[in-house]
Amino acid sequence: MAETEAVDPNAPVTKISTPIELTYRFTAGRAASRFIKGLLDKKILGQRCPECLKVYVPPRGSCAACGVPTQEEVELPPSGIVTTFCVVNVPFYGQKIKIPYVTGTILLDGADIGFMHLLQEVEADEVRMGMRVEAIWQDEADMVPGLESIKYFRPTGEPDAPYDDYKEYV
Amino acid sequence: MSNQDNKSPAGSGSSILEAPNILEFPFSRSTGPVIGEFMTRLRAGEIVGAKTKSGKVIVPPTEYDPETGEDIEGLVPVASTGVITTWCWVASPTSKHPMDSPFGWALIKLDGADTAMLHCVKANSASELSVGKKVVARFAENRVGHIKDISYFELQGGN
Repeated sequence: MAETEAVDPNAPVTKISTPIELTYRFTAGRAASRFIKGLLDKKILGQRCPECLKVYVPPRGSCAACGVPTQEEVELPPSGIVTTFCVVNVPFYGQKIKIPYVTGTILLDGADIGFMHLLQEVEADEVRMGMRVEAIWQDEADMVPGLESIKYFRPTGEPDAPYDDYKEYV
Repeated sequence: MSNQDNKSPAGSGSSILEAPNILEFPFSRSTGPVIGEFMTRLRAGEIVGAKTKSGKVIVPPTEYDPETGEDIEGLVPVASTGVITTWCWVASPTSKHPMDSPFGWALIKLDGADTAMLHCVKANSASELSVGKKVVARFAENRVGHIKDISYFELQGGN
């Protein structure tokens, strides 16, 4: 914990190591727990708001806009569109994927909110807003209770969605 | 919230997932010239303070006189012995604490210093600590230029 990066052990000290560690116990709650367990069965489970009828995925158990519990569960298809994206060009510690790569906000068909995921099997400069994509699941042995059970999304080759179809989600 | 998910087994706590979530930030900080010298001298097994124009000695050293804002005159050694000016007892140390067994946090005015410095004090029980008690720094064997180069203070004359 306390070591400084002293190359020469006798050189004057110019910096000190001050690591911070925050240890939490994360409780997913009912809605997200069902979502996570669903992923292990290769199911993507959202919830629909009874008032505004929007479908949230991952579900949080309530609608933040209407302030009401969301009880109706909706299974969503593993396909959707890229609404926005980011090309990662910067190497960083712990990076597992070869740069440049793209993370996108994925809006599943029938969902009213996007979530971030990895895009693969596509060159970074070919990713577009409105591009249709599908989920590729992890191999059975690599399934984990989380969104990592989806290995990545890849283009389906279908025509792009017109901007008007998703402009309210951008 | 209790009935929000009517598909999950009623009252089943096991249906809710939990996991550890640990955030770590491996920060390092620039010391500046004064704390840098303090750390360098700690690594050598010596404690230094800042001497102000009025003659006060501040430990740990500051870059300026906190009363006047003037530059300090320089750094001067102080003793590794001193007295407790205030303290509290940690009966149940956590993994973040510097000691595994119960210990005291104390402000310690080192001999030759005019201000007190926070550090930990090794003792068998809280009843051994009191204001005015004499303590002595125990330096770590492997010192790297960090406040932990002082492992702890212990009561002078043994615990």
